[in-house]
Amino acid sequence: MTPHRWAWRLVTALLAIAILFPLYWALVSSFTPEARLFGSPALTPGRLVLDHYRALFDERDFWTPIRNSIVVAGTTTALSVTLGALCAYAVARLRFRGKTLLLGFVLAVSMFPQIAIVSPLYMALRAAGLLNSYPGLVLPYLTFAMPLAIWLLVGFFRQLPRDLEEAALIDGAGRLRTLREVVLPLAQPGLATTAILTFLYSWNEFLFALSFTLGPERHTVPVAITLFRGQYQVPWGQILAAAVVATVPVVAIVLIAQRRIVAGLTSGSVKG
Amino acid sequence: MMHRRSGHLAPAHEWQRGEARLAWALVLPAIGAIALIAVAPIGWTIWESLHLDDLRMPWLGRPYVGLANYAEAWGDGRFWSALAHTGMFVAASVSLELGTGLLLALALDRVSRGASAMRTAVLLPWAIPTVVAALVWRFIFESPGGLANALVEGSGATPPTWFADPFMAWVPLVLADVWKTTPFVALLLLAGLQSIDRSLLEAASVDGAGPWRRFTNVTLPLLAPALLVAFLFRTLDAFRVFDVVYVMTGGGPGTATEPIALFTFSTLLQHLRFGYGSALSVVVFIVAFGFALATIRVFGGDAFLDRGR
Repeated sequence: MTPHRWAWRLVTALLAIAILFPLYWALVSSFTPEARLFGSPALTPGRLVLDHYRALFDERDFWTPIRNSIVVAGTTTALSVTLGALCAYAVARLRFRGKTLLLGFVLAVSMFPQIAIVSPLYMALRAAGLLNSYPGLVLPYLTFAMPLAIWLLVGFFRQLPRDLEEAALIDGAGRLRTLREVVLPLAQPGLATTAILTFLYSWNEFLFALSFTLGPERHTVPVAITLFRGQYQVPWGQILAAAVVATVPVVAIVLIAQRRIVAGLTSGSVKG
Repeated sequence: MMHRRSGHLAPAHEWQRGEARLAWALVLPAIGAIALIAVAPIGWTIWESLHLDDLRMPWLGRPYVGLANYAEAWGDGRFWSALAHTGMFVAASVSLELGTGLLLALALDRVSRGASAMRTAVLLPWAIPTVVAALVWRFIFESPGGLANALVEGSGATPPTWFADPFMAWVPLVLADVWKTTPFVALLLLAGLQSIDRSLLEAASVDGAGPWRRFTNVTLPLLAPALLVAFLFRTLDAFRVFDVVYVMTGGGPGTATEPIALFTFSTLLQHLRFGYGSALSVVVFIVAFGFALATIRVFGGDAFLDRGR
């Protein structure tokens, strides 16, 4: 083996450590007693305790933000994948004018800085009585989820073979039946990838959730963790335990769907 | 190519019109929703920015004040320093991310054993909530007694109190952002690397080009489109930085690390000055959009819009 290859192995190993170490550190610390969190850090855990996790669910009712996050991210995903699929199919397969313009529009919206629409959305949601409600989060979330879903799905639909579709059309199935019975089943991997990415973005969203929820009963997981306060000091143990809890579903999704996520991210040039 | 519908052959223009009508029916719900909840609000923000609207003082009403809010921003030192902070943050984090991302992509391209495990590891920082990443890094840099300080002390130096120092507070901020988003850059660049025709590299090798020359003369030019896409997306994203700063420093000490998105947010939702906050929002919007348009104009829109054809 050449020294060149060894150098690359070393670089790869160092990068892997740099990537994984903070996660490892958070995980270990979330099991460390509060009194030992600061002061002589040791790389390997000493005694592990479940105190922080117990406090998280017994004292702080962390289930509520988890439920809120699941409801909001799930609804956002369902809506944007359904409506996005109809739109993307038309863009990918039907002939009509203004298609390029339409895609440019979708791309442009996906580049909007979120903060630019916080003030009108806040006023509109307040006027409609939707502040601090599930719809009051799902609707703003569609502003980034819908363009993302359309953009990804157009790419997936374009990759599908046309033969089966055309056979169905010639048999007189009509566009909508073809879409339902031929295209959508074929496009399932693409739909799954889109749903995964949309869910992740919605699960992680912070600015809208912080702006449009008012109390702990509607806070999502990221907002709830950020607003943790202790009586005298920052409750780091519980914060890290909550961080681990918020990360577990994400890690599970990544482990199961690594290939799909990479394909979706790179094919669509999705924003980071 | 003609599609025959239900038995008889319709004249071409007729089914074409039918198809276009169906297309718009399918497109309308999604595009309508986007227009209603994303585009209309932009118009509303602009309109609101021309008014005095202070929710703490409702008795003042909502009078039209023309460009007064913009004039206030022009004379507001905090606005200019927030813009400057944002610019510094974008420059530091995006350049580090492109550099590290390129290195990571090259490493991923070479790794043979454990490639799948490595890719999963790379996805983790990208996939976890930004807020969580920021909290973990804040914990590492917390002083006294945090891990970063222990490392600095171990090397014999006196550790800074990171978050109390107007300059050093940037270090954990940029580091957290680089850690979180470099994987995305690396994956984009990896896709670009893998689309490079290997025979070009072999030909260069046969012509006597060493690894460095192959990299600079073959790989880099062919990677330029992917680098450009990564640059554009990362810059737009870093420009609206909010989560990391809100969690790690809250813009402090004082307002030393306050970016424009955080200044706008606190103007709107803490001081409830919606007129002024909307003017700030419009500025953010114009800068971001101007940057995107300029990049696409300079480098060509093909890299982004090739799906439109």
